[in-house]
Amino acid sequence: MISIQLIQTLLWLIPLPPILAFAIIALGANRSRALTTGIAMAGVVLSLIAAWTVVAGVVNLPELGRKPVGSYVEWLPVGGTTLRMGAAVDALSATFLFMVPLACVLIFLYSTSYMAADPRYTRFMGYLSLFAGSMLGLVVSDNLLMLFVFWELMGFCSYSLIGFFYAKPSAYKASVKAFMTTRVGDMLLLLGIAYLYAEAGTLNFADILVNRGVLEFLAEQPAILLGGMGVSAATLIAVLIFGGTVGKSAQFPLHVWLPDAMEGPTPVSAMIHAATMVSAGIFLLLRFFPLFEEATKGHLGSHVGLEIVGAIGAITALMGALIAVAQYDIKRVLAYSTISQLGFMVAAVGIGAYVAAAFHLLTHAFFKALLFLGSGSVIHGVEHGHHHLHAAGHGSGHDDHGSHDDHGDSHGHDEHAFDPQDMRNMGGLAQRMPITTLTFVLGGLALAGFPFITAGFWSKDEILSSAYAGLLEGSSLHSWVFVILCVSATLTAFYTMRQIAMTFLGKPRSEAAAHASENPWPMTLPLVILAFFAGVAGFINIPKDFPVFGQLAGSAAGWLHHFVGQMLVEEEVAHAFNAVPVLVSVLIALSGLGLGWLVYGRKPLEAGETDPVEGLGSVFTFLHNRMYFDELYRSVFINPLQKIADFYSVIVDKGIIDALLEIGYTIAGGVAEGFKLFDKYVVTGVSDLTGAAFKRAGNWVRELQTGQVQNYLLTGIALTAVLVIFYLFVFRG
Amino acid sequence: MSINLLSTITFLPLIGMALVLVLPGERKGLIRWVSVAFSLIPFALSLNLLFSAYQFPPQGTYLFEEKMAWFPQVNATYHLGVDGLSIPLVILTTFLTPLAMLISMSVEKDVKAYYALFFLLETAVIGAFVSLDLLLFFVFYEASLVPMFFLISQWGGANRRYASLKFILYTMFASLGMLLAIQVVGLASGSFDLPYLTSEIGRPFVGKNQVNIFQGAQQVWPVIAFVSFSVAFALKIPIWPLHTWLPDAHTEAPTGGSMMLAGILLKLGGYGFLRMVLPLFPQAAREFAPVLGVLAMLSIVLGAFAAWGQNDFKKLVAYSSVNHMGFVAMGIAVAASAMGGAVAAHAPDPHAVAEGAHAAAAGYTGEALIESARIAGNGAVLQMITHGLSSAAMFAVVGIVYERAHTRDLTKLGGLWTIMPKYGAILIFCAMGSLGLPGLAGFVSEFLVTRGAWGSEFTLLTVLSMVGLLITGIYILKSIQKVLHGPVGHEWAHHPLKDINWVEVLGVAPLMIAMLLLGILPSLILNPINFSISALIR
Repeated sequence: MISIQLIQTLLWLIPLPPILAFAIIALGANRSRALTTGIAMAGVVLSLIAAWTVVAGVVNLPELGRKPVGSYVEWLPVGGTTLRMGAAVDALSATFLFMVPLACVLIFLYSTSYMAADPRYTRFMGYLSLFAGSMLGLVVSDNLLMLFVFWELMGFCSYSLIGFFYAKPSAYKASVKAFMTTRVGDMLLLLGIAYLYAEAGTLNFADILVNRGVLEFLAEQPAILLGGMGVSAATLIAVLIFGGTVGKSAQFPLHVWLPDAMEGPTPVSAMIHAATMVSAGIFLLLRFFPLFEEATKGHLGSHVGLEIVGAIGAITALMGALIAVAQYDIKRVLAYSTISQLGFMVAAVGIGAYVAAAFHLLTHAFFKALLFLGSGSVIHGVEHGHHHLHAAGHGSGHDDHGSHDDHGDSHGHDEHAFDPQDMRNMGGLAQRMPITTLTFVLGGLALAGFPFITAGFWSKDEILSSAYAGLLEGSSLHSWVFVILCVSATLTAFYTMRQIAMTFLGKPRSEAAAHASENPWPMTLPLVILAFFAGVAGFINIPKDFPVFGQLAGSAAGWLHHFVGQMLVEEEVAHAFNAVPVLVSVLIALSGLGLGWLVYGRKPLEAGETDPVEGLGSVFTFLHNRMYFDELYRSVFINPLQKIADFYSVIVDKGIIDALLEIGYTIAGGVAEGFKLFDKYVVTGVSDLTGAAFKRAGNWVRELQTGQVQNYLLTGIALTAVLVIFYLFVFRG
Repeated sequence: MSINLLSTITFLPLIGMALVLVLPGERKGLIRWVSVAFSLIPFALSLNLLFSAYQFPPQGTYLFEEKMAWFPQVNATYHLGVDGLSIPLVILTTFLTPLAMLISMSVEKDVKAYYALFFLLETAVIGAFVSLDLLLFFVFYEASLVPMFFLISQWGGANRRYASLKFILYTMFASLGMLLAIQVVGLASGSFDLPYLTSEIGRPFVGKNQVNIFQGAQQVWPVIAFVSFSVAFALKIPIWPLHTWLPDAHTEAPTGGSMMLAGILLKLGGYGFLRMVLPLFPQAAREFAPVLGVLAMLSIVLGAFAAWGQNDFKKLVAYSSVNHMGFVAMGIAVAASAMGGAVAAHAPDPHAVAEGAHAAAAGYTGEALIESARIAGNGAVLQMITHGLSSAAMFAVVGIVYERAHTRDLTKLGGLWTIMPKYGAILIFCAMGSLGLPGLAGFVSEFLVTRGAWGSEFTLLTVLSMVGLLITGIYILKSIQKVLHGPVGHEWAHHPLKDINWVEVLGVAPLMIAMLLLGILPSLILNPINFSISALIR
């Protein structure tokens, strides 16, 4: 039995080791690669041990949802209140505390091999440590402000890591894009935090989100903006907070940063797509689900709330899946699939399927980390093959992981035309890289929702079942979400099969692919472990009444549902088993995969052959160019803002304000000139009698007028002071 | 502790100045290091203030008070004292002075005079922060202009004549107004003593002990006094559209001078508002709060846009001061909106209560408004400190790269991270501090101002200000990218620039540590600040 005191202490210690590792690496350990490896690994492993100990300690505590275990310190005294900072664990964060450190450890291990040849390896491991530490800090935060602190730190880490190859324009552009796009959401979130704090007087999760009184108070309070339209404070706060999720979890319309984020080294993509960034957005959304729910009840007339969430999620799911179909870059396909899958989770929250969203997040983290690390392994292997061919060539080596050629950058040298990430250059890797292939296929099947043996099936099925249950009750939101998610899921299965076939099946379509080789164990072991979880993680939440598998899973069946479900003020009712959505799920996965097999698997692409999806013509072009979002944003937002900046600094500040001042200066100068003339002709003329005395004074004054401003100044101050004192003295006297 | 601690801290730098003046002028190294070493003494002494700041003095009194007759004819006294408002600023001054001196090691021209002026500047600024007498404050305030003027005009960049003249004319113009305002206040209340003037009996124009020499113009003079004070301090902060002196002065000043100018001198403006304008004219302050709020919002937004539009690294950093100090102004505006009987004005009237809670739609009342104002006031003071740290660090970082590359043109720099890795890491750290990255100090103060402003009558302005905060991200990232990222420029590839040296690290690292420390433990200085702000806004 693990004591509560130990848990309270360990909670503070969970995020610390990686953050300390970052500090140590930054402050000196970076001189030695081995030392850096040791410190980074030690940090994240210590976190894993602490986190899993905590999870083991709390997993059987009763009422963990409503009574989180934790402790706090007083942090910020302002006005009459004091903001507290605390570390706590409840059912939701316990789930994350299981998944996040595990994924981090595997990604770290993988990186030690993947990045080994990079000249800035130590910097990479340092940033990665800070990244992991920030995510863990975010998970154990017991209040929104502390969560935001780590949220932003993660934003900084992703900025640094996406732009890791900072010499490449495409990399630093992607990093700025990621930071600024998420910052739009972050500003909304910041306002949400300010508003929540102003209304509730606290930012502590346990004080707000499991407290009926506070929730109802917020929902009955008219919003400070738009209050006249029946919008409640709860609605406005919820929407502002959702803005944070939209940015961080790459939801439409702020999704544009995520695909470009693959400019970073591949382990970074795995971090961002699975363990950290995007999960944080969903985590926040899940945290504040009770507030959304309360807002949607519409105490003041407006029922806006979860509908927005559901709609954004569904749109994102479909959009991501559509774009993914028309991509050639192996990582870009995965990036859009992440966007799409995040859309599934957000949509799930929108239809009230709280547990299903958390469940899908968990399984997705495993199989998406697997897929990204797998794709990294593929790229590494193909690159290896390429280097093998051009062994005589360049020595700069690994700078070109994550390279993406259509930006035309500095390091292209002799490999100008070759892109190791382009699936058209792959094919036939199954023979050359067996472990990578097997694990990648398993991850792909999980993504596609292959029935029964993959975790992805169970979690996706649960979302669809919840939507279907709502559909039966006649909710139009649920119906729309159900239909859109079904279409998206079919597309998902299709593009997954396309990716698997193009990468691994058939004959190699490039010399590099023909010479690819399997990677060393630090890269393949994480794949195997993740593949295990991508297979079995679903069993923790198979519905109890599911035929055959419900019994097979035994006591694990429905476990997550109860465990995470207790977070809610009113525990979500498990829907009775319904065969229709399950059959639909199975059908979708199989038909999508089957269609993909028909098009790509049966007769794999030959070298030089055109991809059949290009037959879609302008639709393909539209999707291949990612629906032109980047171009749209550039012309509608970025360029006009840039123009304002240029216009303002040149025209307004220099041209108008300073010009006006100069006019004033000239007028004052003119007046002074007038006085001088007056002095010269009138005063001097009249005072002939005392001419000699004036002449002497004039000489003295002229000496002062040496053109040196400091003399004027000193005289001015002295004169003013004398005048003032004289004035006061006479006046008062 | 000596009861004359404040006088000691204030005038000790003058001894340093004398010391520098007697040192042989050709021993430049000696002068520099003696100056740095000597300037650590006031810093060490001023830390005592912080330790004492937790003995919260009773309402209306100050810590370490000293009072002597000075100009008995006009009833002006030599009255010093500090509280939670001034202690952090005094420490900021004594903290930044040695660092600015360290960064100035590369100054070769007339080293003796240069360091002497720094000491003079230190005395003047500390004097202004510890004065509790309006005339005394004015003398110190004016005295701070002189060394700054010379630092710009003698050691500045190519355009230094224009910049120094603009700086001095601007501020002299404002000072004249302030002098007038001080006289008006002095005549109305018969005293220049701040504790007296801010008490119930002494408050100008409304207190019981009024010398009614302004009969017949009772409405006009308070407004004139208030506006003159406000313009002087608004210009110092600076608030849009009175800010155009700042980019020129900052850009042309030598690095150490920019650090002092942005780090400390601007704070005289914010300090003046909170120490004088708000307590002396609570009613007028409340009435003008919306105007100040709108101008503050414009400073935040337009300052950010202007910074984005710059291609001179130093000018970009200079404009970032307009942007950041806008938050100080915003916090002050919110604080002002709750001055002078806000409770009475905003208390729910009986009708509304009868009609139910909804009648108070879209607004906060009474206690909540006061609370918001206090939070924003805390934010404003903390923002002054955090901006002092981050802007000084940024100017130091700009100076370091300028010294090596001899250009600040962002279009010419680029790719420097590869050749100056340590410098790159330091630049990113400081830039993130300026950006307000949580974990570093700037975030806490910006959050407090945002929170306070949202909960006051400035909700919409808060939303608009967020646009400024967004653009802050753009110009900070722009500066990082243009200096560090991209391929190494041709010029730098052939003339490798030296990485940051240890003296420079010594000059910047304390700022970084302070940013981190206050980011993690803001209560270190927020406790005393909160005490004083809560006493101010009641």
